[in-house]
Amino acid sequence: MATNPQHRTWVKICHWIVTLAFIGLLFTGIEILMVHPRLYWGEVGNDLTPALFELPISRNYKHGGFTEGQPFFQTPGSPVSAGRTYDIFNQNGWGRSLHFLAGWFLVVSGLIYLLLGIFGGHFRKNIFLSKKEFKWSSIMNDLKDHLRLLIPRASGGPDYGILQKISYTIVIFIALPLMVITGFTMAPAITAAFPFLLDLFGGYQSARTIHFFSTIALLLFFIIHIVMVILSGFKKQILAMTFKRPYEKETDRNPS
Amino acid sequence: MRKKLIVTRRNAIVSGLAAMGGLLLPGCKGKELPPTYGNILRMGDNLTYFAHRALLPGQALVKEYDPRDISSFPATGTFNPGDSSWKYYSEDWDKLHKNGFADWRLSVEGLVTKPLQLSLKDLMAFPAQKQITRHSCEEGWTAIAEWTGVQLSQVLKAAGIKANARFVNYYAFDGFADSLDMLDAFHPQTILAYGMNGKNLPVPHGAPIRMRVETQIGYKSVKYLKRIVVTDEFDDFGENGSIPNGWAWYNGI
Repeated sequence: MATNPQHRTWVKICHWIVTLAFIGLLFTGIEILMVHPRLYWGEVGNDLTPALFELPISRNYKHGGFTEGQPFFQTPGSPVSAGRTYDIFNQNGWGRSLHFLAGWFLVVSGLIYLLLGIFGGHFRKNIFLSKKEFKWSSIMNDLKDHLRLLIPRASGGPDYGILQKISYTIVIFIALPLMVITGFTMAPAITAAFPFLLDLFGGYQSARTIHFFSTIALLLFFIIHIVMVILSGFKKQILAMTFKRPYEKETDRNPS
Repeated sequence: MRKKLIVTRRNAIVSGLAAMGGLLLPGCKGKELPPTYGNILRMGDNLTYFAHRALLPGQALVKEYDPRDISSFPATGTFNPGDSSWKYYSEDWDKLHKNGFADWRLSVEGLVTKPLQLSLKDLMAFPAQKQITRHSCEEGWTAIAEWTGVQLSQVLKAAGIKANARFVNYYAFDGFADSLDMLDAFHPQTILAYGMNGKNLPVPHGAPIRMRVETQIGYKSVKYLKRIVVTDEFDDFGENGSIPNGWAWYNGI
């Protein structure tokens, strides 16, 4: 009797805690970025230094509210000091604290998920590509199917498709850990203890910029993930990720 | 049967969440932690503080930079307490400034055996420390400068800090007040800075003296200092403090 593998309870719990943490982090992350919507590379970046780019997402965008710069040194091109006269948008009091609180939920449930996934065989069985799937032609075929919107109906759990496995692998092992580690690189007490973090990313502002682009990648995943859930059968997928019993056999559902 | 199972599973989820909530409990109790007033964000702040103190090596030094890394530096918040149109105008500071801070004294009091009234000259008589460090503002910007000053630990030792001391409170002319635990107060890079980039500390950056707390976010490095009080009890400073204004007290993150 073939059983239809379904999401395990711990996978469901971690999934929803991480989802809520992600939404909290995204919301507060946007708020924090609105306070200083400029991104840089290296260790240093502020209103008096050139930005990589600036986002028009609050009244702080390209505000010119500074007193005339006073050079620190006599040399030409000396760095300057200037006083800010502009009343900026800043809601970072609750924004930062909620960001870090949500971060705790992400880190704790993420670590539990990683440990259970490694030792329970979840990653090996369900998330990583099998040898058979790990072929250029298989990947291209799955990509073509997706582009033609040939989406298989939900099975209500693993077996995942090839692109699905690849995207989960990237999110679990690259994007989310990168978010946490670049976040740590912006924490002065943490980089005091682990200064290699600053060298790893090329400085505080580089880590902040990578934190931003990693957010964009996760946001894209988040949107495509929801679209795929809808296209493959919204109700069945949501039930499978919530209250449906794992490893339920057909015979249990229709007792005769 | 099935229904009962569902309820059980929901209970499991609820108890799982409650267990995660249990992690926040250190925030509610314990003498060593600042008050949370039942606010879940403050509990999260305390969890971070507690975890940093438990997991990070005590007084690791922050990265120091090369003189050529010194950058432009915005002065935000109060950048001239002598401006009478500014909401944090300080008449006292204005008078001291007009006299070149000759009459300025830093009061060191509280749980010390020998309360001090230190002039700028007194502070400069301590061994000077120079450090080129990165200022990380809570807003997201950073700047690098060279700071010259005296280790806060040296001043506290000179005043004879008592064994039951737990926090070092510091007060500024523009009304701000903040505090450090003993670990950060005695951190070798926590200094009372009187020089910036080889000159006297400029007015926009906190003349005559500002705190430099390199292991925390910028707003702990309060400018325009006037008073240091050693205590054994956490003070939230009312309307002048971080916590009553909805900001985290600990900012190593």
